[in-house]
Amino acid sequence: MASEWKNFEPVLIPDIANLRNIDVYLDNGGYEALKAVLGSEWTPSSVIGEVKAANIRGRGGAGFNAGLKWSFMPEPDGKPRYLACNGDESEPGTFKDRKLFEFNPHLFIEGALIAAYAMQCTTIYLYIRGEYIDWIHMMDRALQQAYDKGFIGENILGSDFSVDFYTHSGAGAYICGEETSMLESLEGKRGYPRVKPPFPAQNGLWGRPTTINNIETLANVPLVINKGADWFTSIGARNHPGSILYGISGQVNRPGVYELPSGVPILDLIHEVAGGVRNGKKLKAVIPGGSSTPVLRGDKLEGVTMDSDSLREAGSMLGTAGLVVMDEDTDMVDVLWRIAHFYHHESCGQCTPCREGTGWLEKVLLKIKNGEGEIRDLDLLLDVTTQMEGRTICALADAAAWPVRHTINRFRDEFEARCKRSTFATA
Amino acid sequence: MEYRFDKEELDQIEKIKARYPEVRPATLPVLWIAQNKFGHVGPKVQKLVAKTLDLPEAHIHGVAEFYTQYYKEEKGKFVLDVCTCLSCQVCGGYDILHYLEEKLGIETGETTEDGMFTIQQVECLGACGYAPMMQITNGVYVNHLTREKVDEVIEGLKNGKLPQFESKEMRKVNPQDR
Ligand SMILES: Cc1cc2nc3c(=O)[nH]c(=O)nc-3n(C[C@H](O)[C@H](O)[C@H](O)COP(=O)(O)O)c2cc1C
Ligand code: SF4
Ligand code: FES
Repeated sequence: MASEWKNFEPVLIPDIANLRNIDVYLDNGGYEALKAVLGSEWTPSSVIGEVKAANIRGRGGAGFNAGLKWSFMPEPDGKPRYLACNGDESEPGTFKDRKLFEFNPHLFIEGALIAAYAMQCTTIYLYIRGEYIDWIHMMDRALQQAYDKGFIGENILGSDFSVDFYTHSGAGAYICGEETSMLESLEGKRGYPRVKPPFPAQNGLWGRPTTINNIETLANVPLVINKGADWFTSIGARNHPGSILYGISGQVNRPGVYELPSGVPILDLIHEVAGGVRNGKKLKAVIPGGSSTPVLRGDKLEGVTMDSDSLREAGSMLGTAGLVVMDEDTDMVDVLWRIAHFYHHESCGQCTPCREGTGWLEKVLLKIKNGEGEIRDLDLLLDVTTQMEGRTICALADAAAWPVRHTINRFRDEFEARCKRSTFATA
Repeated sequence: MEYRFDKEELDQIEKIKARYPEVRPATLPVLWIAQNKFGHVGPKVQKLVAKTLDLPEAHIHGVAEFYTQYYKEEKGKFVLDVCTCLSCQVCGGYDILHYLEEKLGIETGETTEDGMFTIQQVECLGACGYAPMMQITNGVYVNHLTREKVDEVIEGLKNGKLPQFESKEMRKVNPQDR
């Protein structure tokens, strides 16, 4: 992989002016993939087969093969079935789906329509966090354009496939990005995640089969249909192919969203792509894929690439590919406390280990941050994280536990230095 | 004040209801319509929404309480939602928050006496690459905040001028790094 990324031409958001305008999108081959799948060459199951072969791994954080997920939908029975598109984008450090809304909305819309065709869905809901009101309006306009051209609605392009497509605005709740919480929110309720099983493919919106995909995941679909699974799997890292919208934030010279292949060396991303650490400072730490992915030490990044395998080996995860870069002056205790505050604030409170655990983490970290902690508090924190993991309805509790465990383990000296020297603190 | 929807809003609500197989999913969108009209969704507004949708008040109340963007009481004319979450924190979000508190003479969560400004601290708004940032009254995002930019924005708002939407293009790899 090494420096292959330097010659990469973006495919999700190519550099074409006004691509958000449907006429420009059409002039550049837009909606050809939809036309193709509605033609005689494709069937719903052959679309699923191609997408599965492409191994588009979910860009919402969990990295699940999209085609495989679609294949879990039961046989159509003539009743409603749904596709719910996840545009909640609330994981701290993540700000990439909004780029698709703003700069290539029709690629996503086309991808969602193809997905709906493949799974024979009758309605598509696009859930977008309420704060993104300007982007919701952009999507409403784009959807209207697509309705007007006959790509959405009854008997699309003369075929017997019909589907409706609506936006649905959230109203401020990170938990609604969790897929079953999002379904509750779409049903007009508080966003309490549902116990699984039953899984949404069996029992989703209003008890009907439903599939949930991230925006960026769906935007890859027309590319796979147009160019084939082989083309897609030839890009980037073998086990996590395709291009990725990397969101780079924190203390770098050129923060922003960049589209590059998966598997770019993390140090290239920071130093070459994002222009290096601000003010010539040294790199201290990176969170590679949103706040829940374990922090990596700056001095342990040699050879680490942005794909699931390499990051797992390094002790973290790809998550949403939202990198947060921290320089040598960053106070890791402050940062970890702020992350813990976030998860405590966003816990829905249904499960005791999560509700109580996130509260404890925040409280004890605040104590340490204020210089009132003791070294045994660090072990208490680690203990709390093990009690939270794998015991809850949804993965928020895990997402809250991981950063605490790994930040303490990887920057233990800094945490100890903030603790009071209690009598038995000889360690 | 009497809270009611006019004909146009009621038509809009009917259209929203048609998007779903039942009425309850219209709860969030209709709370939004109400908040945009009345500035908040306090108890009386919740009652109106419940009546309009023919849903239990307890349901509407529960939903309004769950979501942070719904204002359960009246706020200032401009609500300044300053992000202090991860990326904004490391890029000086707290400095911006404290500067605003000092400048407006109120603490986070409070409203200025003239009813113009409320300061709130919020979680990640999905603008991490443009940190530190804030959102104004559930609307426009203001990015890359500095003290000078804060001064400008506040001055503008006092004259009723909202900042414009800032489009943040995709970043390209610097040609010299290719
Ligand atoms: C607490 C929590 C928050 C989540 N937030 C988001 C989110 O904002 N956007 C998103 O696409 N997925 C989010 N997810 C993942 C979704 O549950 C789900 O896996 C994803 O939307 C599936 O789409 P994909 O397979 O295309 O990635 C979140 C998961 C958890 C546990
Ligand atoms: S793990 Fe936390 S956020 Fe998820 S359902 Fe349980 S209490 Fe709610
Ligand atoms: S951390 Fe402030 S916008 Fe994401």
